[in-house]
Amino acid sequence: MKRLLILGGGTAGTMMANKLAPVLEDSEWQITLVDQEETHYYQPGFLFIPFGIYNRNDVIKPKRDFFPPNTEAIISPIEEIQAAENRVKLTNGKVLKYDLLIIATGSQIAPQETEGLTGEGWHKNIFDFYTLKGAESLRQFLKFWDGGKMVVNIVEMPIKCPVAPLEFVFLADWYFTEQGIRDKVEIELVTPLPGAFTKPIAAKFLGQFLEKKNIRLTTDFNAARVDGVNNKLYSWDEKAIDYDLLVTIPTNMGADVIGKSGLGDDLNFIPTDKHTLQSKAHENIFVIGDATDLPSSKAGSVAHFEAEILFENVLRYIEGRPLKSAFDGHANCFIESGFGKGILIDFNYDVEPLPGKFPLPGVGPFSLLQETRMNHWGKMTFRWVYWNLLLKGAELPIEAQMSMAGKKRQ
Amino acid sequence: MATKTLAGKTIEVNDEGFLVNPDDWTEEMAPELAKEEGIDELTDQHWKIIRFIRQDFKEKGQIPTIRRIKNAGGVPIKDLYQLFPEGPVKKAAKIAGLGKPQGCV
Repeated sequence: MKRLLILGGGTAGTMMANKLAPVLEDSEWQITLVDQEETHYYQPGFLFIPFGIYNRNDVIKPKRDFFPPNTEAIISPIEEIQAAENRVKLTNGKVLKYDLLIIATGSQIAPQETEGLTGEGWHKNIFDFYTLKGAESLRQFLKFWDGGKMVVNIVEMPIKCPVAPLEFVFLADWYFTEQGIRDKVEIELVTPLPGAFTKPIAAKFLGQFLEKKNIRLTTDFNAARVDGVNNKLYSWDEKAIDYDLLVTIPTNMGADVIGKSGLGDDLNFIPTDKHTLQSKAHENIFVIGDATDLPSSKAGSVAHFEAEILFENVLRYIEGRPLKSAFDGHANCFIESGFGKGILIDFNYDVEPLPGKFPLPGVGPFSLLQETRMNHWGKMTFRWVYWNLLLKGAELPIEAQMSMAGKKRQ
Repeated sequence: MATKTLAGKTIEVNDEGFLVNPDDWTEEMAPELAKEEGIDELTDQHWKIIRFIRQDFKEKGQIPTIRRIKNAGGVPIKDLYQLFPEGPVKKAAKIAGLGKPQGCV
């Protein structure tokens, strides 16, 4: 009996188990999935928690509900991946040999990487919203806040969901307006990027929204440390920004065990072939989702598109056929822009977000790089799609590879 | 493709002035490239970083990140910002004759 081992039962790992379980021969392959947590988090929902739109119950479900029945699921932290021996040691003492390994251990925030960030003000007037705890603490703070200067800072790239900080400031503008205190709140987005987003056309388009919503944008700011006593954020070249409330998007890193096992780069992301998703160091290891070092967005939609390619490559690998170099960096992101509207972007390694209609060319119902109510409904409906279709590995009416149909070059 | 003359040699550069082919680079070109970036004199510390990123690029095939220069090259990030103000990796890569560091997404 051979073993296909999946490390990580988040979005990517769960999708892979659900795609592979029905097609791998039970008598030949045992699928084993390891994760350290019982709970599956709908991470795109964290964004809505600080503003009281979602609460905890909207974003959690038991992981086991989504694992296929013929899969062995083990809840335990991982001690070490011993790639040279084709085995994984778990913290509970168990050793798992594998024939094929899929690593889907994701990324997490590492606020301890920035001096002073987890000091005095942490979860008092400094919050993250990339963890359920951070988002809930920020919710409590915002309930009683009567205004001041809110700074939203991206410490360094890459981060999970590069549009989330923008959505956060858009929603904050809406929320404070609803609360009747928008005139008492100053909102500033501070980023290491040269603009509002990574890609030029979208950066320009989204930059206009910031202006329209009276949100200040400070670019090229590389955060070095936080002085939590005096409420100041400093850059490496000693520029200082005052805040009353600091919402931080800390450094994102891959899982600690990746670093410990010698499989990662300086951020614990795994060097991975950007078209086949095979590990660069070991041919029987494949990597998917946020755990890779690919120059693509770290987002659930990317993991979803990768899953279709990886599914095929796992089967090809097992049958000894050449891998398909088919992953193109496709990402698709709804950007909540406040007041019941949203923006949609669709792009890949080579083509930046362009305007148009999606997914049906010329028809939609969604509009690319435009703000519409329908896009907002797409975003809100996506939670249902995520729990009921996406995690279960169902086919969605969107191609894994990006399509130029329906898009307009400017 | 644009070209420019550095240390008496004509070489290919992209529209932002980064060398197209890292093998065209010689150490004599570095001071001229540094001047374009507003650095008048290259000290031993500058050279330590330039040599590190060239060596690392040769071994790994990609320009090291600021974190890697700190971890593997042993240069504190604060020092990097003092030596190559504003965009340390971008400036150091340009002076070292490498391409523009891969942006993020």
